[in-house]
Amino acid sequence: MSVRHSLLAILDAGPMHGYGLKTEFEAATGDVWPLNVGQVYTTLGRLERDGLTTSVADSDGQRTYTITPAGRAELHWWFDTPVGREVVPRQELAIKLVMAMRAGPEVVAEVVQRQRIATIRSLQELTRMKAAADAEGDHAWLLMLDAFVFQAEAETRWLDLCEARLAAWQSESGQRKGSGMQPQAPRARPEPLPERSS
Amino acid sequence: MAILGIDRVGKVFRSGQVRVTALHDVSLSVEPGEFVAIMGPSGSGKSTLLHLAGGLDQPTSGRVYVGGRDLAAMNAAVLAHALRHQIGFVFQSLNLLGSLTAAENVALPLELDGVRPKAAMSTARSLLESIGLAAVSDRFPHALSGGEQQRVAIARAVVGGRSLLLADEPTGALDSLTGESVMTLLAQRCAAGCAVVLVTHDVRHAAWADRVVYLRDGRVVDEAMSQAGPESLLYPGRT
Repeated sequence: MSVRHSLLAILDAGPMHGYGLKTEFEAATGDVWPLNVGQVYTTLGRLERDGLTTSVADSDGQRTYTITPAGRAELHWWFDTPVGREVVPRQELAIKLVMAMRAGPEVVAEVVQRQRIATIRSLQELTRMKAAADAEGDHAWLLMLDAFVFQAEAETRWLDLCEARLAAWQSESGQRKGSGMQPQAPRARPEPLPERSS
Repeated sequence: MAILGIDRVGKVFRSGQVRVTALHDVSLSVEPGEFVAIMGPSGSGKSTLLHLAGGLDQPTSGRVYVGGRDLAAMNAAVLAHALRHQIGFVFQSLNLLGSLTAAENVALPLELDGVRPKAAMSTARSLLESIGLAAVSDRFPHALSGGEQQRVAIARAVVGGRSLLLADEPTGALDSLTGESVMTLLAQRCAAGCAVVLVTHDVRHAAWADRVVYLRDGRVVDEAMSQAGPESLLYPGRT
């Protein structure tokens, strides 16, 4: 998450005080990412140092921040640049499933089903929040909730695939035993996901 | 009283010497105005359960009650009358009649029940207006988008005050936003007191339901009620 670019995006609509930027950012993102005031002022200091904003002090000592042309150029660069996916986040669930495979297929099945139900519950709540955001015309918050919904959906689809692969492996293993063949040692890790066909 | 009661229902399909058990001892109760989604992998028995709930097929064991009445205890004529007045069906394939306009399609079930054509059309138009489809009332199905066709099909399924709507993958062929408009309509029908049972593969759509029932190999393995509040959802560990 880029606080720096988010603050530039808010300032693009007009000058603002530091505390106003904090509340505006939190309101726009549905209070999902609370900012502390210190973080806001540190970032504003860096933006000014880099020539992306200027500030003037009011008579009561509060500073009003304004975006510069260089700041607008930086903001447009941010909008024009896709967010990279090269940094692999730590996937606790993926790690948990890989570890559960060592404990046996029944443990993997339990982990998958518990996670699936938990994710469906989260999706139910997100869906209610979406309906409320839609009714209130809070479009920015609605888009953000959509993002959470699709991430959760992707997780459940991946869980479905894990479960189907596990069933297929168990079936293969059962057939080998039935035909008198020696079962293969369990895979240390699942096969890579196939490329999606268009 | 539950609008739909499924009591320890089993279903076995036979083909020659082969017996396939599609459902084992499944029980499910759906209250008026409740929105229940049924999920599960392919072959888990979702559609079979929906067909039994709607009287389209008979269970091998157990009982199905609609509005408190045992479907197995009704003769064919009574069953057909009960199903037509209480249950609406929506499938992925829309089955709208191409030679009738949207309003005429919605009016058709009423006319089959003996409502005079003018009154039936008036009711159909009001219903289409209430779901934002007044502008397409006089269009034929081929002139409607996929989402509009599906919403007309839902209107036809609920017209006449049916109290139970059974929907099998109604959003299967629709894009995300159009699918969401169909789910909004189903949720609105629930708010108006109609119970909805939705079979779907799509967890985003199942999440619109009050309760998600998960089937595997013909058994109910889990149910998800919405319990977590937004606080626990967005700020885990804070509650």
